[in-house]
Amino acid sequence: MATLRVNPTRMELTRLKRRLNTAARGHKLLKDKRDEMMRQFIALARRNHDLRLEVEKALSAALAQFALARATIPREALEGALLYPARQVDIAVETGNVMSVRVPKISITDEGQARQSYGTAQTTGELDRAIAQLAEVLPQLVELASMEKTCNLLADEIERTRRRVNALEYKTIPELGETIHSISMKLDENERGNLTRLMKTKELLQKRDS
Amino acid sequence: MPMSSGKGCVSSMSDKGLAVVGERDSVLAFKALGMVVAAVETGQEAARAVQHFAREGFAVVFITESMAALIPELLSRYRHEPLPAIIPIPTHQGATGMGMAGIKQNIEKAVGADILYGKDG
Repeated sequence: MATLRVNPTRMELTRLKRRLNTAARGHKLLKDKRDEMMRQFIALARRNHDLRLEVEKALSAALAQFALARATIPREALEGALLYPARQVDIAVETGNVMSVRVPKISITDEGQARQSYGTAQTTGELDRAIAQLAEVLPQLVELASMEKTCNLLADEIERTRRRVNALEYKTIPELGETIHSISMKLDENERGNLTRLMKTKELLQKRDS
Repeated sequence: MPMSSGKGCVSSMSDKGLAVVGERDSVLAFKALGMVVAAVETGQEAARAVQHFAREGFAVVFITESMAALIPELLSRYRHEPLPAIIPIPTHQGATGMGMAGIKQNIEKAVGADILYGKDG
């Protein structure tokens, strides 16, 4: 591992030592952050997985039902019936916070009453059933959206944090350590050189005086 | 990240609610629920619809898996944004496993290995 290119001075040594300290502390904090994020993420991902299974099943069933209804109703009649929505969906988006990752929290604020907005003459009961089924899935669908987004963002953040932890652990900290070592070696060597020079001078002086 | 600029920013973005992009047969049903739908047939149309909804500030854009499969790059771009959440949904023909693949991808990215599906693929 390459050492940093710095002047081998006492001042530089103090500076590097302080940096090493900071890096070590940052490394520990980030590592803790990563571990906790991972723990929460895994729980979240499991829930996400289960929820998606559930939603996919329910939604497929509802859409299949709808396809059935569509087959029995003339196209114009169906589109006319659906032109005006049977219900209104209002959602609210708040900013949630998972391990200081900002995530959107999406929820249905006003589900409204499911009301039939089309006549029964031109459509069949299958359509009513399909729409009722679909309406039942809706809250879960919104929850899934929220959760999936949270997972996405959390995964991004975990990856970022992991990179930072690794960079500190395998690059910054060893580099600083080695540089500190080499500087102190150099300073020691200078010290020894100085000492020998002094001793030598003293010897020479004594020899001349005597 | 637009969300970091404050809470107000996000709530103002949520004026619009849910949108659906997909084939005509699949999306028509969502219209009955009061969602805004875009019936598309090609990947290009789907991409345009998704971008349009994103610009308009919809919080969630559901997209059928068959359409989502056509525009993976666009979806991965929105993956890292707080909003909109673009969520693949199955069609009446059932799930293709694409939505699950998204979760799996997340886990692999975060953990570095597949831990949920290790056994059953």
